Amino acid sequence: MGMAAEPQFHVLAVDDSLFDRKLIERLLQKASCQVTTVDSGYKALEFLGLREGVESNDPDAVSTSPEIHQEVEVNLIITDYCMPGMTGYDLLKKVKESSAFKNMPVVIMSSENVPARISRCLEEGAEEFFLKPVRLADLNKLKPLMMKTKLKKQKLEEIEKTSKDENGTVAAVEPEVKILPLQSELEPKQVHLQVVQEEQTLSSNKRKSMEEGLSTDRSRPRFEGITTAV
Amino acid sequence: MDSLVAQLQMQYRNYVLSLYQQGFLDDQFTELKSLQDDGSPDFVSEVLSLFFDDCVKLVGNMARALDQTGTVDFSQVGASVHQLKGSSSSVGAKRVKGLCINFKELCEAKNYEGCVRCLQQVDIEYKTLKAKLQDMFNLEKQIVQAGGIVPQVDIK
Repeated sequence: MGMAAEPQFHVLAVDDSLFDRKLIERLLQKASCQVTTVDSGYKALEFLGLREGVESNDPDAVSTSPEIHQEVEVNLIITDYCMPGMTGYDLLKKVKESSAFKNMPVVIMSSENVPARISRCLEEGAEEFFLKPVRLADLNKLKPLMMKTKLKKQKLEEIEKTSKDENGTVAAVEPEVKILPLQSELEPKQVHLQVVQEEQTLSSNKRKSMEEGLSTDRSRPRFEGITTAV
Repeated sequence: MDSLVAQLQMQYRNYVLSLYQQGFLDDQFTELKSLQDDGSPDFVSEVLSLFFDDCVKLVGNMARALDQTGTVDFSQVGASVHQLKGSSSSVGAKRVKGLCINFKELCEAKNYEGCVRCLQQVDIEYKTLKAKLQDMFNLEKQIVQAGGIVPQVDIK
């Protein structure tokens, strides 16, 4: 059906409101994404193959059900913040705590502009925080991110194969994508968040400030200044 | 035939512009229209249908919550107002959204009289909008039936 030459991204959209689900689904389709909508955080976790309490707290658990993980190719999760039972924040935490999906980009949406809420979500690892009503322009901003994550995943899989044969020099071979031990992934994000938070205190318009804070990063490799990325 | 289409198109344009000028609709509605295409030709009317269903349900909830003999649970009213504010904002229903903003403050102030009055206004407002949009859709139908294309209305 899709005639676009661009790769297909699959987005999992989570919102308890039927109205909002319809809207986000159309927006995502218009942005040429494949969409799956669910009405709760629990259903989102189920869809990802993560069950509450089974995977995330057990450090010995291997990336759960790798078969399921591979069948469900999701490039981004976009979730409403205010939901009964499991909030978008709770879902974010569960996803980031999982070994299978900790690098999955998660975007939070909310109809309320609450700075503390926004900071909390960004600190927990949300890529973006959108104020509702979300617009097509907002979603189009996510594409470079989804592309990068998708490519990174592919590279990681390639590297894993080759690193079984050789050691060490593998990372130097592919300069476009930074393959680092996961620890240092956290550092750049921390500094990046400081930049965003500083900008937030300067500007009262949260969406605008985040655009300013994040869009400058978009035009450069995300972790520039921290590691020697391209 | 041509002049009928042209007439209808002009009528349509003026009507839509008036809806914006009179504050019934805002640019979020324009955004919704831009999401409609050949693949989803009924998107706007489907979304509006959901919105008006929401209105009926939420206004009902608010009326029931305000109709308690004894203490009124304003947080319950507020929860419905919050939802309605969200969906009216997402649909571009400017006047309804504006009323919800007032309504929210009245709930927080636990102003019973104010809430009752505001609820009545919300009820009138969403029904008015529904009728106006119905007229708009009817004009669109007439244009198509006369062999014309529904014009894109430039709001600026």
